Parts: sequence; C-alpha cells; structure tokens
Amino acid sequence: MFRFIVRRLLQLIPTLFGLSILLFIWLRRLPGGPETAILGERGTPEMRAAIRRNLGLDEPILIQYGRFVRRMIRLDLGTSISTKREVTTEFLQRFPGTVELTITAMVIAVGIGIPLGYLAARRRGRFLDHASVGGSLIGICIPVFFLAYILKAIFSENLGWFPSSGRQDPTIGATRITNFFVLDGLMTREWDAAADALMHLVLPALALASIPLAIIVRITRASVLEVLNEDFVRTAEAKGLTENVVRRRHVLRNAMLPVVTSIGLLTGGLLSGAVLTETVFAFSGIGAFLADSINQRDYPVLMGFIMIIAVVYVLVNLIVDLSYSLIDPRVRVR
Amino acid sequence: MALLDVEDLSVTFARRGQRTVRAVDGVSFSVEAGEVVGLVGESGCGKSVTSLAIMGLLPKQPGLQVAGKAVFDGTDLLQLDDRSRRDIRGRDVAMIFQDPLSSLNPVVPIGLQVTEVLTRHRGMKGEAAAKEAAQLLDRVGIPDPRRRLKEYPHQLSGGMRQRALIAMAVACQPRLLIADEPTTALDVTIQAQILELLKDLVRDSGTALVMITHDLGVVAGMCDTINVLYGGRVVETARRRPLFRQPRHPYTVGLLGSVPRLDAGRGERLNPIPGSVRDLLPWPDGCAFAPRCDRRVDACVGEPPDLVLTHDGRSYRCVNPAPLPGLTPGAEARETRPGQATPGSVPAQAVPDDPPAAPGLAAAPSEEETP
Repeated sequence: MFRFIVRRLLQLIPTLFGLSILLFIWLRRLPGGPETAILGERGTPEMRAAIRRNLGLDEPILIQYGRFVRRMIRLDLGTSISTKREVTTEFLQRFPGTVELTITAMVIAVGIGIPLGYLAARRRGRFLDHASVGGSLIGICIPVFFLAYILKAIFSENLGWFPSSGRQDPTIGATRITNFFVLDGLMTREWDAAADALMHLVLPALALASIPLAIIVRITRASVLEVLNEDFVRTAEAKGLTENVVRRRHVLRNAMLPVVTSIGLLTGGLLSGAVLTETVFAFSGIGAFLADSINQRDYPVLMGFIMIIAVVYVLVNLIVDLSYSLIDPRVRVR
Repeated sequence: MALLDVEDLSVTFARRGQRTVRAVDGVSFSVEAGEVVGLVGESGCGKSVTSLAIMGLLPKQPGLQVAGKAVFDGTDLLQLDDRSRRDIRGRDVAMIFQDPLSSLNPVVPIGLQVTEVLTRHRGMKGEAAAKEAAQLLDRVGIPDPRRRLKEYPHQLSGGMRQRALIAMAVACQPRLLIADEPTTALDVTIQAQILELLKDLVRDSGTALVMITHDLGVVAGMCDTINVLYGGRVVETARRRPLFRQPRHPYTVGLLGSVPRLDAGRGERLNPIPGSVRDLLPWPDGCAFAPRCDRRVDACVGEPPDLVLTHDGRSYRCVNPAPLPGLTPGAEARETRPGQATPGSVPAQAVPDDPPAAPGLAAAPSEEETP
C-alpha cells in the first residue's frame, strides 16, 4: 500500500515534466502576449519590446524554460503579470472556493444520484425509471450557465431563499484562517459565518452538480441492473436473507465499483474550476481567474495553476484507486 | 406424505408480440425425507427453471406465470408471500448452484457469506457465528477454516468454492437441498470429491437431496429415484436400478445409449440421439420427443401421450415404450393418467433463440448507456 502510493507519487514527476514542456510551448504559441494585454492597441513597438524585456520574454525559449524549472524545484511559481501578486498567494486564496464548491456539488450529485440510480434499476421500465433516465438526459444536455441563471432567478431573485452572489456576506466580518470559508467558520466557532458561506454554496453547487448527477444516476442504474442479474445475488436470495441485506451487501457494494471510478474523474474535472458557474454567481474560485489569465496571457499564473491542478487531479485519482482496492479485494494494490 | 410434492408445475414466459413460452409444462415429482432424487435431462428441458420455481427464485418479470403446486411439508411454496418464503429459504430448503465462482459474492469475505445465513436463520452473531462457520467449513472439507473465513472467493480454488457454497447451504441443516448441476463447472477429479461430500452430508444429516444434472454418471452414483425430463415434462420416473437396467421411455433409452463407454472397441462411434432439442413437438400436438424418436408410431402424434403408472412403481409417458422381456405391452399398466396440456403455447425449445428458458440464467441484458 505504502509502496504503491510512493510509486504513484514518483510517477507524478515525469508527468509534470512533460506537462510543463507542452504548456510552455503551447502558451508561447498563442498569438499576442502580455504586452498586448497591458498596452492594448495603442502601444508602440518600442513600448512592447520594453515590457517583454522587463518580463524576460525576449530571451530564447530554452533559457526561459530553464529558469521556470529552476523556480519550480524551489516551489516558487513566480509572480502574476496582471495582479503583481505571488501566483501561490493567488492560488491559495481562490482554490479553497473551488474545493468547497466541488465538494458540495459532488455531495449533492452522489447523495441523490446513487439512490436514484438504484431505485430506477429496481423499478426498471416503470415511471421512476423513465423519469430519472429522461431527467438525467436533460441534466446532461442543459447548459450549466443557463441552469445557473434559472436557479438564480427563481431561488435567489424571486423567492429570496439563497444569496445570489459571492462566497460570503462581507458584512459578517468573518475571520479567515484557511480561506475555506465554511471550515473557517467552524474552526473559529463563528457559526453564522459558516452557515452563511454554506448558503452561498447551495445554488452554484446545484448548477454544477447537474452533469455529475446525471452521469452518476445513469452509471449506477446500469451497474445495478448488471449486478441484479449476477449469480451471487441469486445465491443471496436462496439463503433467505432479508431484502435489506441482499440490497446493501450484495447488490450495492458490487454495483459501486464503476460508480466510484466515475466519481473520481468527475471530482477531478470540477476541481479545475467552473468558469461559467463562478461567473454567474460572482463566486471567487479558480475558474474565472484562469479564464481572465488566458486573456491577459498571464504566463506565470497559467503555468502555476495548471501544474497544481494536474497534481490535484493525480491525487484525486490516487485516492480513487485506493478506495477501489478497499471495496474490491481483487484489486489489492501492491 | 412426501417431504416435497411437486404437482403439475408449469412455468410460462409471456412476451408481448411473441408466443407464450412454456419452460416447464406440467412437471410432477415427489421427494421423500432423506431421499436423493435426480432430475435428468439435456440443456433446456426445464430442470433449472423447475428448481428456481420451487425456490421462488425466478426473476420477477411481467409475463412470468408459475402454476401448479410445490407442497413442502404441508405448505405450498408457490402460494407463500415473499416474507415467509425468505424464512424458509436457506433454513428448510437450501440450494447449491452450478458455477461456484459467479455464485459467490466477489467482494465479501467467505466468512461473512457463511455467517450471514447463521445470523439470519439461527440468530448467531460475532464469535459464536464465526466459530460455527469455521466448523461448517471444516465439515465440508476445507482445510484451515479459520484462515479461509477471512479470504475472498477469488483466493479459493474451484473445488473449495463449491465446498464453501455447500457449507452455506447446509448451515441451517435444511430438510431439503436442491443442487443444480453442482459439478458441471468443476474438473473431473474435483467432481467426484464434491459428489462424495454431498453423499456424506445427506447420509449423515438425513437431508433430502434433489440432484439436477445432465450427467447420468452423477445420477447412477447417488440417486435413489430418477426423473427424466424432456421438453418441460417428466417423461419417465423410476428407481435407479430399474431405470438403468430397463429404461422404458425411448428418450431414456437414447440417453443411456449415448453415454461414452470405456469398454467400447477402438474406433467405435458414439451413439447420439438423432436431431436436437429444437426438433420438438409442442406437447398438445403429441409427444414432444416424437420427431427424434426411433420407436415413433402413428399414435405418438395428435394428442399428448398418457402417463402410464406401472405395477412396479415406475411411470413413463409413452405410447410405445421399450419392451420388457416376458411382459406383453399393456398388461403392466396399473393406471393411466391423460396427458393434458394447455393449448396455444409452445415449449421453450421450439422457439429459436429468444427468450432464454430462464431469464435469470442468461447473460445480463445489455444496457446501452451513454454517460
């Protein structure tokens, strides 16, 4: 187990190395540069050249890359061109929002998706089955930003149940420790701050959960249907076990294997930010900031953020693999 | 009164837009306490569906119809509600299945799969249940049972897995054990061991055993009474010795004749029954075996053959049975029962490909999912 984790983490090094090369080349191939973003149309060629020199962008690309790698090894991601702040600082300020949003969305998607998928399979061909399969199709098809606007219009603007934007009401004056607002509220025992942060999460998380929810419903349903036909379920029935035990121990546990894999992939996807949802709810996560950085050609931010996201993605999948081996003894890691 | 009395059991699968399929078409047989009864027949003759119907394990689906009676110790199992059926299953009537690997849950340790029966029916928990489970594994011949309890099915060999399944089945000392081809998926040496184990278990505990198989060798080795099935009906019933010495129904004759023999001369060919199970006459139109039968006469076609009960306690469903030496045909019959059949339906084998005789036994339906 321990060796498996170490090996997977060591595999991360060549992955990051390859990714950094690709990113470096790809970013420099984008037309324009930070100088265009800063100066706009008016800058003279001299001014552009001065900015490029200032940022070290006039040097050969290999030297630039070498400098980047040297800094990376010291875990220094450099300074943002547009905000002039450390990339690490920017990240630590914004990523907790994305993490909170991702966790809430996945809790909703898993909490509703697995029971619904299971029930749909058990009531195959009946109303609930058709409704959930049809509903999940809508969930996949509907654009997330559109759903976000609808949720905001109904539950925030019309009914006033939830706040419409931001991560927390600034007038509360909550103490910041980790930048995970809910966690901070719990740690400092500022319950109202935690509750307020949670309320801010509901609508964006609901919008964000739509696609994962739809996918989880469908995978669970298909997987349960498959397991229900397995011989060992018949054996369990032949033992006279109660329906409850058959369901939990024999059907669900086996049906969870493909679901866990998809939960991992979906979580990793959400952690790379949700540009549109964050924009609609003025929610400060990494998504909108990354999109801005692309427009600004903010090379250090893009490089740094994407590298960290890659690490997080690998870690999430490592956790999935480990949990997989907990559920299925045939996949013992070694 | 017999321990289990199956009377006129029929199982039909109706599908919209298709003809109704009769997988089991009026099967009757009985099992005395402590007796070993064989249900023999080739694939698709309704053996497995019969056993699943008795256990109430046929997958619930619209169009499934189970008729007749299966009276176990005074209660008709087919009339029970789901809850009382669960109470009886695993406690009074237990079952062993064909493929030991797929019949065990891959993600649950063997120990829990044994103790869950003990917990359910005997209220045993914790250390007491574990101790009993270890004893059960020991009894079915699994060495080092304490360690095996913690292992998972994939860590056991095929023979061990079947032993574990048998341990689960006999955990509550059931009065009836149904074994559905318990040795088919095992190699020959293991087969013999498993059969030996089953024989010992039923002899020691007085459990009655219904042995479902296509293997006449299995039947010859352990069954007291044998029922030969064809096309969803019992075509011949006899004690073991008379059946092997003097088979009456031409199908039984064919089955026995097609067994490969070690003492056969070199280059001698096998003696198969001509045709295949698909060449089947629906019972209402006559004897289902008629198209493949070499003793066929005109009377075979037109209406289903009567069931003939003979003086020596045998029965067969044939108008022109293989002759017995020193006995004129007709003189032996004690009683005949008309072979009624429900018109308008076809036996399972007469319908090519679809649907399978037992839906639960077929491959999982392919679910097309686009995540």
